Amino acid sequence: MNLSPETAASIDRTIALYPQKRSAMLMVLHAIQEDQGYISKEAVAWVAQKLEVAHIAVLEVITFYPMYRQAPIGRRHVKVCRTLSCALRGAYKVCDTLQEELSCPLGETSADGNFTVEFVECLAACGSAPVVQVDEHLLENISPEKAKDLAAKLKADTTPAMLPSRQ
Amino acid sequence: MPATERRIIYCHVDEPGYTTDLDCYVRHGGYEVLRKHIQRKPEELCAEVKDSGVRGRGGAGFPTGMKWGFLDRKSGKPIYLICNADESEPGTFKDRQIIYKDPHQLIEGVVISAYAIQAKMAFIYIRGEMVHGYKILERAIAEARAKNFVGENILGSGYSVEIVMHRGAGCYICGEETGLIESLEGKRGYPRIKPPFFPAVLGLYNCPTIVNNVETLCQVKHVLDMGGKEFAKIGVAGDSGTHIWGVSGHVVRPGYWEIESGKATVRDLLYDFCGGPLPGREFKAIIPGGSSTKVLRVGEKFKVKLTDGSAAEWGVLDIPLDSNSFGLCGSALGTGGMIVMDDTTDMVEALANLNAFYAHESCGQCTPCREGSLWLNKITTRVCAGNGRLEDADLVKNIADQVAGRTICAHGEAIAWPCQSNVPKFKDEWEAKVRAQMQAREHGGAPVPRKGLRLV
Amino acid sequence: MSAAPSSTVTITVDGRDYQVPAGVNLIDALHDVGIEVPHYCYHPKLTVAGNCRMCLVETGMPLRDRATGQPVLEADGKPKIGWGPKPAVACTTNCTNGLNVRTNTPLVKDCQQGVMEFLLVNHPLDCPICDQAGECKLQEFATDFGRGYSRFIEEKNVKPKRTQLGPRVTLDDERCILCSRCVRFCQEIAKDDVLGFIDRGSHSTLTCYPGKELANNYSLNTVDICPVGALTSTDFRFKMRVWFLKPTPSISTESSVGVNTTVWSREGKIYRITPRDNDAVNDCWMSDSARDLYKPVEDPGRIDFFAVDNCKTSPDQALARAAELLKAGGVGYVGSAHSSLEEQFLLRQIIGLEPGPVAFTAPKRQGDGLLISNDATPNLRGAFLTGLLKDAPAGVADVRAEAISGAIKTLLVIHEDLATLGFTDELLRKVQVIYVGTHANRTSDLAQVVLPGLTVFEKTGSFVNQQWRVQRFFQAVPGPAGTVPDAQLLAQILARLSSAPAVVTSPEALWTSLAARVPQLAGWTWGVLGSLGKVLDASAWAHVPFGEGSSLHYDPAALTAVKAG
Repeated sequence: MNLSPETAASIDRTIALYPQKRSAMLMVLHAIQEDQGYISKEAVAWVAQKLEVAHIAVLEVITFYPMYRQAPIGRRHVKVCRTLSCALRGAYKVCDTLQEELSCPLGETSADGNFTVEFVECLAACGSAPVVQVDEHLLENISPEKAKDLAAKLKADTTPAMLPSRQ
Repeated sequence: MPATERRIIYCHVDEPGYTTDLDCYVRHGGYEVLRKHIQRKPEELCAEVKDSGVRGRGGAGFPTGMKWGFLDRKSGKPIYLICNADESEPGTFKDRQIIYKDPHQLIEGVVISAYAIQAKMAFIYIRGEMVHGYKILERAIAEARAKNFVGENILGSGYSVEIVMHRGAGCYICGEETGLIESLEGKRGYPRIKPPFFPAVLGLYNCPTIVNNVETLCQVKHVLDMGGKEFAKIGVAGDSGTHIWGVSGHVVRPGYWEIESGKATVRDLLYDFCGGPLPGREFKAIIPGGSSTKVLRVGEKFKVKLTDGSAAEWGVLDIPLDSNSFGLCGSALGTGGMIVMDDTTDMVEALANLNAFYAHESCGQCTPCREGSLWLNKITTRVCAGNGRLEDADLVKNIADQVAGRTICAHGEAIAWPCQSNVPKFKDEWEAKVRAQMQAREHGGAPVPRKGLRLV
Repeated sequence: MSAAPSSTVTITVDGRDYQVPAGVNLIDALHDVGIEVPHYCYHPKLTVAGNCRMCLVETGMPLRDRATGQPVLEADGKPKIGWGPKPAVACTTNCTNGLNVRTNTPLVKDCQQGVMEFLLVNHPLDCPICDQAGECKLQEFATDFGRGYSRFIEEKNVKPKRTQLGPRVTLDDERCILCSRCVRFCQEIAKDDVLGFIDRGSHSTLTCYPGKELANNYSLNTVDICPVGALTSTDFRFKMRVWFLKPTPSISTESSVGVNTTVWSREGKIYRITPRDNDAVNDCWMSDSARDLYKPVEDPGRIDFFAVDNCKTSPDQALARAAELLKAGGVGYVGSAHSSLEEQFLLRQIIGLEPGPVAFTAPKRQGDGLLISNDATPNLRGAFLTGLLKDAPAGVADVRAEAISGAIKTLLVIHEDLATLGFTDELLRKVQVIYVGTHANRTSDLAQVVLPGLTVFEKTGSFVNQQWRVQRFFQAVPGPAGTVPDAQLLAQILARLSSAPAVVTSPEALWTSLAARVPQLAGWTWGVLGSLGKVLDASAWAHVPFGEGSSLHYDPAALTAVKAG
């Protein structure tokens, strides 16, 4: 498995923090996803062996928690909160605009591979609704009027993916 | 006279020049409570918390001192303290401010609470989405460890405790204390059956465990600082201290305010702090304490009996901001995450939005929640798509009645309460909506277009 | 070692008091007093999950005054009960003194109807094509506890419908009610953690890890415990409707564990074998491999004829020839640990009249520590009990040597193919073999006399398992036309040897003799064996090294300790 040495070392340190190895599951999966962009089948087997659990136990966790993905996504992960407070302030219109401007169907990756746009549930920032999280950055007060500007900014930003997808 | 805040927990949140590093916290008197009270006997600290009457701030409002008292100390198993920083209840965003803007207050609260219950180890379980919050807390813990506020032999007291930061990965149900424990054990976040898995007896790794909300652990710090009996004087009987209200939705100024329990009303909050409704609109409904609490329709009247025995009649805006008062009106204070809806809101769409949330977040373990949540979601989706029937409103309420009280965890109530309150209170809207759809279908027309919200 | 007497407590159910063992699970306690609490996910041999919510009942405890600690009483002097604010699941409730339960109130009925309705919301209408029909808990409880109609008009969830979970188990995910019995079984009993739930909420799906299989030798137990038709036996799929099948109690002949089974047949044909409950032997489990043991019944190689010198003949002629050969002297015997206790008893009497060396093989296999022991036969101990063996079986070497030397001229062989035990064709031709068996083999080909034996499915009798427990098995299907049970054959030979009328070979009659002649069975009858068997005093054979290893309910070390102590 092609993990960077830093990631591998950090995983070992993390596992040592817990009284039981299995507890490190979520943190280890985060580390792998941040290193590789997603969790491959190989990674599942690797984690199972590392944490001394059955393979099925790892797969169960990956499919239960929405933050883990088993396939690569776009360079920028655009998550629009759709729960009540944000919906009341126009989140659906915001998402429509972003989909259109970024040429990205909902829940999928744009053809140029740059963006994945999807809905997520409440991000606990309701007082500044509507909110959009791009990778690990929370962007607040993205009203329908501001959605177009946000899209433009995202398109102009050419920095590499924060979560690289290495094959 | 307009209502005022009383900032105890939020005393430094948004303070100009206040930064999240340890030096700033210490300059403002930080870790003095730890320094002083770690020299006392742990039982004394527990007694203070009990005397203060402080209640948990995670939504259930269970008295913290009483919860700590349930810990099994006879089995000899290690005790664990878990800070629930998995803030996910829609409408709630109060713990975020503490984590992002005053993290050391939380660290101090965790350490002193761990000492009070003699925990062997502490965990902070934070939402996976709060990546920066995780990094901020990691750094704060490292700083605190460097100054001997965390780790081995804290401040020479002989007590040691490590704090491990743990990230979630996008599940609302991992905010339920036993779901959180399962998640912390590296498994699916399936809440546990009680009996027998009461966390205070069989919690993390089947050891005695206390799970407390972020704000609750900060409260403990202030309880000790003031003394339990003094703290009990703040607020009202049965609900001491302050509440952090987060208001979102259709108000001029959404935001957060820390208000002494019972010393202001809904009207004060929505008008004095939030600036009232948006221009040209009127308030229609509020969900007082996070989406799981029952909705209140502006215009409803509640006949209540006050603690002094006298009778009163409240409109929604008259309700005092304390736990008991919301209980008297058939709802709950919950997490204090108030969602405000005005007259542009289609209440059926609003319920559909929540049903979609709960269906998505159901862990799927027990029958009523798993099947009930998806069924409710499918009905309200269908109604919003233009194919409603007149009987759907009552069906929604009835399904909710079949879920509440019959599930493994409170997610059953969370699903049911919005439906059980929305349908009877907004029956007129349901009927009008469906009748319009029936007319449109009769004339072969397209389903009535939705206004405002939309559902995927 | 006698167990301490278990205490009982008083619980009140629907107004009536019952005495039940302390701490026992409420569902089990109610079942034992005849009250059925419907449930899916609860299983007495697995950890409690509490997720189906079908067993919701009202529970309460007598109230005590907070200040004085005294019981609070109603006006009529009965204790006032503090009923829980919400209904509770019976499966997580253990019986304590004073527990009050209500199982048939409007609230409980509403809970049951509600849960039933929810279970059927996404359940496909598969009854016409589902194997589980007729033994399906969803059907049964829907009839008994359901509302009778559903109000669901939306689209049901779609999930994979015909997954091969393993070589013997087929999974239909749409039917699955996510009770997790199969997952718990694989983790806790089979110790083969391959099953789990993926995805979340109503889309949760039972699955086997991709690339792994549910292939352990206990996989079909998941089919037994699955309350619906989600897990089905690939072998039995679509073969027969269960309401046409006749269940017959039997014993697995796979090993000396003596797993209790039920054989399901219709009109003389066997369709499947399932485990039968016996908490002292196999709980409610059996191995997959033992379920196939009925297949050889219909093999084309069945011996369904009597023969002398390779010519088919009448039973009389064949039996007469057999008796003649035995009377001529120089007789040896090769017995079988597959024979029933009653057959071994008759063989012993034959040997009494025409004495000669007796040999038994001891077929070994790799035991699995669960329900398969190292001894691949069901009734080796019967041979000890009936006096055919005194020490551990030594195989056929001695008998073979005597056959070669000519000291043995006639061999009565029961169910053993001597060709696999070192007997050459030449030897088999030299010695006169009287062969009793079910399937043709080299020995039967070369035997002087061939008498058709019956399989365990075609006759009635008993076996003695590794616990020295005598257990009954019953005839499920008739043997081939013209055959009779082995016991009758032996009784006929005995009659010709002793010039006495043939003894009655009904189990009851044979047991009268057994009880009279075998000291450990004194006072026993065929009936006393019941459905769970009866353990005898085996101290006479404490010295015999059976070498079977442990099983689910058998620990040879403990036995030795008991005997020593």
